Parts: sequence; structure tokens; C-alpha cells
Amino acid sequence: MSLIAELLIAALLVIGGLFGLVGSYGLVKLPDLMTRLHAPTKASTLGVGGVLLAAMAHALAQGSLSWHELLITLFLFLTAPITCNFIAKSWLARHATPADLPPTGSARQWATLDLSEAPTSPNLTPPPRPGRPS
Amino acid sequence: MIFAFALTFAFACFGLGLLICLWRVIFAPTLPDRILGLDTMVVNVIALIVLYGMARNTGLYFEAAMLFAMTGFVSSVAYAKFILRGDIIE
Repeated sequence: MSLIAELLIAALLVIGGLFGLVGSYGLVKLPDLMTRLHAPTKASTLGVGGVLLAAMAHALAQGSLSWHELLITLFLFLTAPITCNFIAKSWLARHATPADLPPTGSARQWATLDLSEAPTSPNLTPPPRPGRPS
Repeated sequence: MIFAFALTFAFACFGLGLLICLWRVIFAPTLPDRILGLDTMVVNVIALIVLYGMARNTGLYFEAAMLFAMTGFVSSVAYAKFILRGDIIE
């Protein structure tokens, strides 16, 4: 392994490790769940991305380039927002009151707090304005 | 030489992160915090598996990391869905 490749891999590893540590430390540092969601979904994902890039560069320096690592990075980047959205919705359902949330602009509550079984009839099209071509 | 030091540093960072997440899972103020802690533990363990694969110089552990990422995602979503609706598949 040449010195340039070794320095590049070492830099990627150090940056990835620092971002992963920041992401985990934000989990205990930040005040409530909605701010705490930022740390793992952004910093930790970036940290793992850095480590996986380092693994790719390591495999390339050994003479065998492999794309598996990029697949794991892609999968993590796709699934982290979905998990974050579900955790935020479960927090809304258990701990938020309607006074905490911004208005929905309709007669119904936010979907996670609305326990009524009545069918929704959303009025999605705005009322026609005079003088405006439709 | 530099590579070995950087690898040890990354191992230490992600191991410390894993311990912090474990502390958050045990002493969580709310239930969604526990799910968030477990999800972050999964991310840290994926990084540790990949780092171990680099240290042993084999490509064997990437499949393990991939499978761990998939099961971690599915279990986090199932847990969140369960405390959201009281059921996983409605």
C-alpha cells in the first residue's frame, strides 16, 4: 500500500469515526426527542458512510475493487429518514398534545392524533377564482 | 502504521458511541427514545463489523453488515409501528 493511499484511508477512517462519535454523543446531549432525532440520522449515517468509503479504498489498494460497501451506504441513506419519520410519528402519538402542533388547515386533527373513524373528505381543489383561467 | 492507528481510533470512536447508545437505551426518558437508541446501536455495529472486516483483511463481513442493516431497519420500523398503532400489520 502506497503512502498516499494509506493517508487517504486513514483520513477517511478518522473523519468517519469522529462523525459517528458526534452522532452518538448528540443522543445524550440534546434536550428532547425531536432534536435528538437529528444526531443519529445525520451524523451517524455520515460516519458510517466515511468508514464504508475507507473500506472501499482499502479494497482498491489491495487490488480488488468491490461495490458491496457502496450498497450498504446507499441502503443506510435510504432507510435512515424512514426510521426517523416513524420514530417521530410514534413520539407525536404518545407525547404531543394538539396545542404543541401547528394547525392543519382543515377541520381534522393531525393524522397520528386523530382517533375518529369517520371518513375523510379532503377538499383538495381550491375554489375557483373569478378571472382566472382554469 | 498510520492505517493501524486510524483503524484503532475508529474502533474506539464507534465502541464509545455504542456505549453511549446503550446508556441512552437503559436510561431513556420516553419510549421512542429507546427505539432511537437501538437504531443508533445498529448503525454503530454496522460500522464495527466493517472495521473488523478491514482489520482482518477479508471481504467476508460485508454480507453480515448488509444483513444487519436490513434486519435493523425492519425491526426499528416494526417497533415504532407497534407503539404507534398497537399492531404491526393491520
